[in-house]
Amino acid sequence: MPLQTPPLRGIHDERGAKFTEFGGWDMPVEFDSIQTEHEAVRGDAGIFDVSHMGQIHVSGPDATTLMQRLTTNDVSRLDVGDSQYAAITDEDGIIIDDTVVYRLPDEDGEPTYLFVPNAGTDEETHERWISYRNDLDLEATVDNRTDEYAMFAVQGPSAPDLVEAETDESVTDLSRFEAQYATIDGIDCWTARTGYTGEDGFELIVPWTEAEHIWSLFDCQPCGLGARDTLRIEAGLLLAGQDFDHEDDPRNPYEAGIGFTVDLETEFVGRDALAEVKEEGVEEKLVGFQLIDRGVPRHGYDVTNTDSRVIGTVTSGTMSPTLEQAIGFAYVPVEYSDPGTTLQVVVRGRSKKARVETTPFIDTA
Amino acid sequence: MSFDVPDDRRYLESHEWAEETDGVVRVGISDFAQDELGDVVFVELPDEGDDLAQEEEFGVIESIKAVSDLYAPVSGEVVSINEDLFDAPELVNEDPFGDGWMLEIEADDADELEALLSADEYEDQIA
Repeated sequence: MPLQTPPLRGIHDERGAKFTEFGGWDMPVEFDSIQTEHEAVRGDAGIFDVSHMGQIHVSGPDATTLMQRLTTNDVSRLDVGDSQYAAITDEDGIIIDDTVVYRLPDEDGEPTYLFVPNAGTDEETHERWISYRNDLDLEATVDNRTDEYAMFAVQGPSAPDLVEAETDESVTDLSRFEAQYATIDGIDCWTARTGYTGEDGFELIVPWTEAEHIWSLFDCQPCGLGARDTLRIEAGLLLAGQDFDHEDDPRNPYEAGIGFTVDLETEFVGRDALAEVKEEGVEEKLVGFQLIDRGVPRHGYDVTNTDSRVIGTVTSGTMSPTLEQAIGFAYVPVEYSDPGTTLQVVVRGRSKKARVETTPFIDTA
Repeated sequence: MSFDVPDDRRYLESHEWAEETDGVVRVGISDFAQDELGDVVFVELPDEGDDLAQEEEFGVIESIKAVSDLYAPVSGEVVSINEDLFDAPELVNEDPFGDGWMLEIEADDADELEALLSADEYEDQIA
């Protein structure tokens, strides 16, 4: 299958970006250096092209019922301009994907949502929504608009001012997870105070055809997926396909540490299974850890107890540019999950001492 | 993008360079290699006194995004390692052919060095 290219592929190339395949997309991984980009976002501001993220639009009299059925959080709590983080689970309560659900202004007097599934999952997610809509005989339109919208994230302590300077309407009154349409140089952009870095900032969902123009208005450090990864790990945020994977590493939201997205009072697919998990408790859970010995933990490395018995696996790891320490996430049995517990990570055949830490690893906005 | 390839030294296909002075071969990685790796955060080196065979793995270099083995360009005894890299691994990015050097080997056989890639040959490889 050919790689999908974001609307700004040529612009990024001219800017000297290195590219990588991610979720079927050819995306910039690094513009200058991960360290430089990371530091810009923590100390000032950076802009990311995240047009590989999906966009599914759901509208109609039964839109809320459909969203409620297929996501774990309580969609009925969303007023227009609110958003929430949620998991999409199967009948067994296993995470298929994670997403942010935005409530857009009503269209034709009916509740309307836009949600953002992960890169490469938009088509199967769209089919899932259509299939449940049809089976439940619900009245709602479900459109996959991934190819109609580009998505940019402007993140960092200076990001709100940068975005405010470009929008006709004031957007800095928005609280975290609030959003509105704002006009940027005559173009309607869905402007949301959300992000994936642990910093303040906005995500902009803009028409694909206007992407280049909007991107060019922001005079700040362009950042690639490399810095996006180091920033989200420091912020304790999960990456689909890495920290959970429906096929290769099936996990429920309680194991993955996102039980806060599960509202058992709502009727969603996987609810009964998750009620049982909550009742009985989990056997393993995702923890943050810091490497005490020198080395860099990476996805797939074994985790052992101090007797060198394998008890888990690293799901994400990096050298933290902010802390200058090697950090990561791993699934371990709950008896090893208390902060301060000593573990070992097997880095290229050698056991390196590690310690369980609370996440996020840094203070987040 | 173009990369420095100084012609006063020899190269391995695996991107190490080797510069000989009075029978002692200094070893590091090329400008191209440091750019491919990105921010270097950790370098693991052998101990002084260790014996290495040509093309034997002598250490590991880790950047934020990747990890790579390091290979000895010649056989011989490790007579010096660059301990500055333990506290300042970024020297490999900043000055790969100078302060970012990794170790020095007292070469057993000078002919081994001559068999490595010339600067021109290495430049063709990374072009």
